[in-house]
Amino acid sequence: MTKSELIQRLAEQNPHLFHRDVERIVTTIFDSITDALARGERVELRGFGAFSVKRRDARTGRNPRTGDSVDVSEKCVPFFKTGKQLRERLNTD
Amino acid sequence: MSESTVTRAQLTEAVYQEVGLSRNESAQLVESVLEEISGALVRGEAVKISSFGSFAIREKGERIGRNPKTGEEVPILPRKVLVFRASHVLKEKINESA
Repeated sequence: MTKSELIQRLAEQNPHLFHRDVERIVTTIFDSITDALARGERVELRGFGAFSVKRRDARTGRNPRTGDSVDVSEKCVPFFKTGKQLRERLNTD
Repeated sequence: MSESTVTRAQLTEAVYQEVGLSRNESAQLVESVLEEISGALVRGEAVKISSFGSFAIREKGERIGRNPKTGEEVPILPRKVLVFRASHVLKEKINESA
């Protein structure tokens, strides 16, 4: 499922809303999550999962092709932990 | 690092501010978005949200684990796990403000 398919499905379930409003709703949700993570905040959606940011220290990496060492500076990476309820749903057949 | 946590309430508020819906309906839409994504994943479908990231299901085979407290060997049954891969856009946004 892509973002546009998600919007399409929601638009069908909510015929009283304009398609462009459904689009704005979906965009707003993902933008809000992105902004929170950019501020270093955690996003916790019970039953679904939690997004957080983890810091990676600077390290000396290697170019796997040439073997040259390269300095990799400190950076932050997004992380998602699946919620308990969704994890259980994925495993009930 | 994270002094506050964003939850459904903040997402609902953002939707409420952005679109002219009631708070109640905004909350329902937030829930529907999460439910649609969950439903697709449970059906085994990957979910790709452009400029945010993608969610995919990975099937894990059975392996032998160990109870770290007792040292006892226990089989870990085959299971499905959800993996999230952040898009380049999301990774860049997280690092540009750091």
